[in-house]
Amino acid sequence: MSILAYNGGAVVAMKGQDCVAIATDKRYGIQAQTVSTNFPKVFQMGPSLFVGLPGLATDTQTVFQRLKFRMNLYELKENRMMKPKTFSAMLSNLLYERRFGPYFIEPVIAGLDPYTNEPYVCNMDLIGCPNEPEDFVVSGTCSEQLYGMCEALWEPNLKPDELFETISQALVNAADRDAISGWGAVVYIVEKDKITEKHVKTRMD
Amino acid sequence: MASVLLPEVSAPGFSFENCQRNAFLEHKGFPAPKATKTGTTIVGIIYADGVILGADTRATENTVVSDKNCQKIHYLAANMYCCGAGTAADTEMTTQTVASQLELQRLHTGRTVPVETASTLLKRMLFRYQGHIGAALVLGGVDRSGPHIYCIYPHGSVDKLPYATMGSGSLAAMAVFESRWKPNMTEEEGKKLVRDAIAAGIFNDLGSGSNVDLCVIRNSGPAQYLRTYEEANVKGKKQGSYRYTPGTTAVLKTKVIPLEVESVSVQQVQPMEVEPSPSRR
Repeated sequence: MSILAYNGGAVVAMKGQDCVAIATDKRYGIQAQTVSTNFPKVFQMGPSLFVGLPGLATDTQTVFQRLKFRMNLYELKENRMMKPKTFSAMLSNLLYERRFGPYFIEPVIAGLDPYTNEPYVCNMDLIGCPNEPEDFVVSGTCSEQLYGMCEALWEPNLKPDELFETISQALVNAADRDAISGWGAVVYIVEKDKITEKHVKTRMD
Repeated sequence: MASVLLPEVSAPGFSFENCQRNAFLEHKGFPAPKATKTGTTIVGIIYADGVILGADTRATENTVVSDKNCQKIHYLAANMYCCGAGTAADTEMTTQTVASQLELQRLHTGRTVPVETASTLLKRMLFRYQGHIGAALVLGGVDRSGPHIYCIYPHGSVDKLPYATMGSGSLAAMAVFESRWKPNMTEEEGKKLVRDAIAAGIFNDLGSGSNVDLCVIRNSGPAQYLRTYEEANVKGKKQGSYRYTPGTTAVLKTKVIPLEVESVSVQQVQPMEVEPSPSRR
């Protein structure tokens, strides 16, 4: 078994019209045994910047702490907010530095540019190779199911409420076909004037 | 503000802090996962007035296509570009490192950096890591001694050729070159040949796919990066829509966090007088 599937979990992010969404399940397990159903995998790194770190849970937390540290230093030094693209480069470098002893996470980044409000989504492999597509990114133990759902449901220029339905249904239905993801889900819709956090009802089995 | 926790200049190079833990996990039956590979077709040729580089745009994780339109032709300097095959992160980071070293070299000497320099930097970097950095590269560029194509292998060996192919689609692409490449082709002939070679990879190699990217670097004038030169596989139009009506998803709890929207006025500051970056010769 892959160490990336030791704790389970899934994250997906999508672009909409002047908005982005990022969604995650809430499960934390040790192989097939569920330990917690309220484990954060998506973190708010700026007013309109989120990062999801699915993979080995110990690395989720370590990488989050390292990222927060580097980001705080950047913002103190530069006295300005970090753009999502800069954040990607920072995370990519952090992961590639450990090319020969990697952290076992495959990150997803979603956010709006703080200056232009341009939507941005990105995912990476565990050694920090960035991928910045025009539509959606997926990661985690049910990524294959998520690819299928997103490829069918996503369409361009979705409004925030339409984007919420699309991303929720993509995540919930993908996670239902994965034994080690699910057990509750959180969706964040990021718009330029507000962030909506919605806890979605899912199967609990 | 330097301290042990936060040194003023952080230690350069790779960090091996997780290696012991990861080796232990491997011992316990959790092998390290595979990184994104670009099962790839990349090519380069010399034609009458410079070089043409070409690449497909598919990235894969095992058999899953992880990126349908990735960039495999990387910028090195104004007069040279580099196609990358192999481990995606390695090609990306190796070319970025060398691009920065080349720019420093250009500023230090005040001349266009020869392609030979880039080839040497790349092969030294790859040889030092004994093939563990899985980057297979096709380097192409022009300098005062003319056009050059180099093939650089992950272990650090180098071929200097008039036409080269790399990646899992290299056999398909080389078949096209072996039958049709000739010296002193025109730009139009050259672009057609490179397109056909990449298309051969896209359609005959499962690791390659999606679109054709080209980059034409002429002996004079700026390099022309033709991103998505041809969309070899146009996606069919979606006939129906699976849009859910708002309210389909059951929501347990909602929290709205309002953001302060500041109006920002941007003041352009004139940059210092410096030599513009894409200076050529």
